[in-house]
Formats: sequence, C-alpha cells, structure tokens
Amino acid sequence: MSTARQYRLASCHDCGLLSKLPSGHGHCPRCGAALHFRKPNSMAKTWAYLIAAIILYIPANVLPMMITGSIVGVQSDTILSGVVYLWVSGEWPLAALVFFASIMVPMLKMIAILLLLITCGRRSNWQPQQRTKLYRLVEFVGRWSMLDIYVVTILAALVQVQSLASIAAGPAAVAFAAVVVLTMLSAMSFDPRLIWDPLDKEQEASGETHDAKH
Amino acid sequence: MTQSTDTAPLGPDPLDRLPEAKEDPPKKRTLQLVWIIPIVAALIGGWLAVKAVLDRGPEITITFRTAEGIEAGKTKLKYKDVDIGLVKSVALSPDRKYVIAKAELAKDTGNMLVKDTRFWIVSPRVGVGGISGLDTLLSGAYIGVDIGKSQEKQHSFTALEVPPIITSGLPGRQFVLNTKEIGSLDVGSPIYYRRILVGQVIGYQLNPNGKGVTMKAFVNAPYEKYVTPNTRFWQASGLDVSLDANGFRVRTESLASIVAGGIAFQEPDDSSQLAPAPENTAFRLFSDRVLAMKTPEADAEAFLMYFQESLRGLSVGAPIDFRGIIVGEVKSINLEYDPKAKNLRFPVEVLIYPSRLKARYRKGASAPMEAGDPNHHKVMNALIEHGFRAQMRTGNLLTGQLYIALDFFPNATKTKMNWNDSPVVIPTTPGSFGDMQNAAASILKKVDNIPFEGISQDLRKALQNLDGTIDRANKLVERLDGDVATEAARTLSQAKATLATAQQVMADGSPLQQNMGNTLKEVSRAAESLRNLTDYLERHPESLLRGKPEEKP
Ligand SMILES: [Zn+2]
Repeated sequence: MSTARQYRLASCHDCGLLSKLPSGHGHCPRCGAALHFRKPNSMAKTWAYLIAAIILYIPANVLPMMITGSIVGVQSDTILSGVVYLWVSGEWPLAALVFFASIMVPMLKMIAILLLLITCGRRSNWQPQQRTKLYRLVEFVGRWSMLDIYVVTILAALVQVQSLASIAAGPAAVAFAAVVVLTMLSAMSFDPRLIWDPLDKEQEASGETHDAKH
Repeated sequence: MTQSTDTAPLGPDPLDRLPEAKEDPPKKRTLQLVWIIPIVAALIGGWLAVKAVLDRGPEITITFRTAEGIEAGKTKLKYKDVDIGLVKSVALSPDRKYVIAKAELAKDTGNMLVKDTRFWIVSPRVGVGGISGLDTLLSGAYIGVDIGKSQEKQHSFTALEVPPIITSGLPGRQFVLNTKEIGSLDVGSPIYYRRILVGQVIGYQLNPNGKGVTMKAFVNAPYEKYVTPNTRFWQASGLDVSLDANGFRVRTESLASIVAGGIAFQEPDDSSQLAPAPENTAFRLFSDRVLAMKTPEADAEAFLMYFQESLRGLSVGAPIDFRGIIVGEVKSINLEYDPKAKNLRFPVEVLIYPSRLKARYRKGASAPMEAGDPNHHKVMNALIEHGFRAQMRTGNLLTGQLYIALDFFPNATKTKMNWNDSPVVIPTTPGSFGDMQNAAASILKKVDNIPFEGISQDLRKALQNLDGTIDRANKLVERLDGDVATEAARTLSQAKATLATAQQVMADGSPLQQNMGNTLKEVSRAAESLRNLTDYLERHPESLLRGKPEEKP
C-alpha cells in the first residue's frame, strides 16, 4: 500500500492541486496555500486541547450548573445532583439521558481521543480500522453533547417569571461548554492518517532517509 | 498543462508531470502556541478551585433537641433575615439523645462564630407577646442566629429551646430581677413604665438552690435610662386588689397585664436625679406596687412599742403614719412576759424609715431618727419631751384595720426613752379606743338620767283615754257589720271555689304536676350533663382546643 506521503506528494486543501513536496514544508504553486503531508503538529494540538478539556471537565461537574431561585429559596444544582434529582423524582429516562449526554459522552469522547493519541504516539498498529471508526464516531458525536447547555438555555428562556422563580446558568455551564468545544477542537486537530502511518514502516524509513538528505 | 493531467490519461510516469511546490526552509522547532490553551484551562480550573475553597465558609455543628423543621440541604441560617448558611446534614448524636446538624456558613462569617452566639429554630409560635414566625409557614422553618459579643471562637453550639425575645442588636439594657415566685410571668411578659410598654421579660431560671427565681428583663431604649439604682420593680400581674388600713384599692397596669401578667417599675421618689443603672443590675421584684414603694429596708430602723389596748385588727405590714406620711410599718406582733410587772404584754416591733422623715425636714436641721447621727438622741428626746407618742388608730371602720400614728400629745404622761434598749422603745399613748369608751360611758350616764317612771305614768293616762276611743270604734264596727258582712261572705265563697280549682290543678298526678315533674327532671339532667362537661374540661382543658381525644379501647 502506498500513500501520498511515500511519493512526497501533497494535495492543496484550498484548490485541490496535487504537487510534489520533497521536504514536507511548502506552498501551493497555484494558490499559495500552505502544504503538508499531515496536519502540522496534529498530535501536539490534539494533546493540548484534550488536556485543557480534561482540566475543565472537573469544574464542569463539581460546580453548580443551574441556579434556580424561588420563594422557597435559592438552589444550585450540579449536573450530577440534577441527575440524582431526576432519578429520585422518578424521571428515570430523563435522568439516564442527561447522565449519558452530559457525563458519559464527554468522558468517553476524551477517553477515545486519549486512546487514539497514545496508540499513535507509540506508533502502534493495533486495530487501525476500529480506531478509525472510533475517530469517526468521536467527530460525529461532537456538537451533540451539549445537552445540558441546551436544557439550561431553554429553561432560562422559559422560566423568567422573575418574582416566582428565576433560573441562571452557573459557572459549570461555562466550563461544560468549554469542555465540549475543546473536545471538538481536539478531535478536529487529530489527523486520522496517523493511525495508518505506522503500518508502512519500511516506506516510512526510506522516506525518512530521503528527508534526511535535504 | 494541468488541465491535461486532469482529463488525459497520464504518461508513463505521471508523477513527473506534477508541479513542484514552493519549498519552505525547514522550520526550527518553536514552542507550540497551542499549549497555551491547556495552560489557560489549568489556570481557570485552578482559579475556580481556589475560589471554591475561598468561598467556602466555616462549617459548624449545632445540637438540637429534635430535628423538627430541620432538613438537610434546605434549612437556612438567617441573621437579621439575611441568609448566612445552610444545613448540610442532620444526624443523631452517638447516644441518640440529640440531633446534630452540620451547617455550612457563607464566607466572612468566621467572626460571627463566638462563644455566646445563639442559634434557635424559627417556626410559627403563639405566645404572650403575639404570633411570630408566620413567614416560616411558607418558607419552612429556619435557624435564627444571634451573634454574640464574646471574643472566644467556637464552632459547635447548642441550640436554644425557645427563641430569644431580644437579639443582641436591639438597643436597650438588660436587668436582673430576683423574686420568690414567678407568678403569671413568662418569657415575653411586658414591662411597663408609667403604663407605657417599655420592655419584656427575656428569660428566667430557678435559682440553683431552688429558692427563688432569677429573671432577666430587657428595657428598650430610650426607656432604659429611667431605671436607676433606686428603681423598684413589682409584679403588675392581674388585678391588684388591696384591702387594708388605707381602704379598698384596685390597681392594674393594663388590660394585657391582667391576662398575661407583667412587670412595672418606677422610682419611689420622683424628685431624685440618679444616674441610670448599669447593665445587669440586680433588683428585687416585689409582689405588688405597695410593697415595692414602701421599703427602703436597707436604712430602716427597728423600734418597739407597747400598747395597752387590744391588738385585734393590727396586722404585720400595717402602716406607721406621721400626720399622713407613711414613715414605717409594723414588722411583728409578739407576746412576752414582763417579769417586773408579772404580767403579759404585747410588744409591737416596727420599722421606721428615717429617710422619709428626713426628706420632710428643711435643710440644716438633721433628721430626728437618723441612725448614727450625733444629734439623733438629743432631737428624739426633745420630741418625746414635747409629747411625741405612738398611738393605735382605726384606719378603716369597715374592716377594723388598725394603724399606728405618731403624733404629739401635749397631755401625755412624761416619759423618757432608754437608748440602751435594743430595740429602743417608743412610748405610746392610749389609743382613740379609750376616748371612744369614755364617750360611751358618758352616753350611758345620760341615759341613766332619763325619768323613765314619770314617763310611764303619763303613758298610763294616755292608755285610759285610748280605752274610751276603742269603745266608740267598736260601736261603729257593729253598725257596719250588717251592711258589709253579706258582701264579704259572697266574696269568700268565690275565693273558696277558686282555691278548690287550684287544688285540683296542683293535685298529685294532675297534668300540670306531671309537666312540672318532667321539666324538673329535664333540668336536673341538664345540670348533670353540665357538671359532667365542666368536670371533663377541668381534667382535659386541652380538649377545648383539640377536641375530644379518641377513646382508647
Ligand atoms: Zn492550492
């Protein structure tokens, strides 16, 4: 199997022109866009976004997500306490949905990216096809995991009978949105071709020697 | 050229026909800007964590008797109606005697947690002072907080069982009242000054020895300045009815005090200009106004008096009056054997308040009875010389109450005071009773002088004349007899008939009798059920509020 990189070829992201790129760094001869075999610094960027997402995942779950005020008093709920509340009050499907969408999905997404990063970093050639499918899934799930933000936004818009009840998004909402955006960015900056690169090691080795000449 | 590569089939090596990209010089490895993002995230996360830690207020434990109204995660702690914390957990104490609530307070509340900070449950209450805590019907009970003044920090507290009436923020002053029994007073009982509501009873406790009660009274600003070291407090509970040598009197502070009891205070002497009493000054709480007003007992001086007449009607506490001014009271009435005269005598021990006499004297002249005064004896001796004596007098003819009057009797037998006696004996003079006896004797003498014999002779003569008159009247009656008798007989027979009918009606078994019997039975049954009801209410007064309790099988 051969890849564009083995032939030192790169296609322009902007105009689609295929051109020779012996050194790996260059510009499109037709439109001037930057050319590269793989997304530049893909691993580093993915790592950076992922670490940021993991860090903010903690406040997103610990801090209050939604602050509801009523005549009975002010109550602040974290995602988990909201799930517990829904569960206790018998809304099991809703509790499961919120738990899945707001806690499990971001976490699984981060674990998936972490898995991809580690395997690619170690140039493992374990189950490349499954890993590619996993990557597609992660990218697909992307923007749909902001359920809590939607819930808070819709509730806040609906319940604005100020004197009786008020709803405001807590600091966790910001952290949670950041987690979602950062995991999306992380998935975007990952270059799935890295999964396949270790498979053609020999060519890679020759390519490296070719590179080294320059 | 590029078009041909797209459309035409490629040559033997189509790669050769591809354009060369513009090569860049190889990049030096630079620090990736993207790593700023996790650093920023870490900073934000760290800041949130630090903020969460900083926002976290102190945690305290409060011990309650019961967890009534307390709910973990719901019950708030409020100071002046501001939320300052939330109960986080409620658990039983290890010995299961108490309930321990853990509460998290807002930040910056650390300085509120001192030794005398008080906590209590606020829920709707009905008390003598009215209804309080109605707002908690909607919002649920909360824990009230009153911040103490101590400097000593503390993080575990025992909640008060009753809400404090006065919070430490309220301007005013607290005083201590000592009394024998609490009467109808309670926490929240009003305190009056000249019948204006100026404060409340905020607490009481039995003295450790069980003898007496110590109460705490709070007088609101600006009335606290009227409490001076000389102020007297008395129970203004209910109706104060007194019947003594001064007559019959009814006193009350207000209608509310009749129902709920209360305390009143006043200066015994309005003219004094004393500085306000300091916080927590202790006062005696007198059982009524009269007692409160008459006893500056500290400077009272004891004297003895011997009276010849009966002491019936003289009671302990009876006033000693000097021309209308109460200068003392009777302390005790005793019986003792006089070895010299080989006779029984009745010493009356009295207390004289020299300060009251002193107040009536002009400046310069010292008081006649001031204890410890060098002129004391001299002045007193001079007074006795001029006939200064004690005398028993009737205060109230209706009740026979007696009082002792001090006055000058120029005709009294000469005597001297013996200052070595303890207590000193004040000479007495026979009371107004003696005068009355003299008057009665003179009346008897005059009655004696009435010529009863002459009067009876005159009477006989008059009676003989009367005989003649009666004879004449008899004749007149005889004449009348004939005319009037028939008419009278008829009336009589009619009356007899009426009586017979009445007898029939009233006879045993007659309808009227039966009706009457039934009615009486009904009445007695009603009376019986009424008695049952009152009996029941006496035993179960709470049923008035709660209704009849379920019968237990
Ligand atoms: Zn291009």
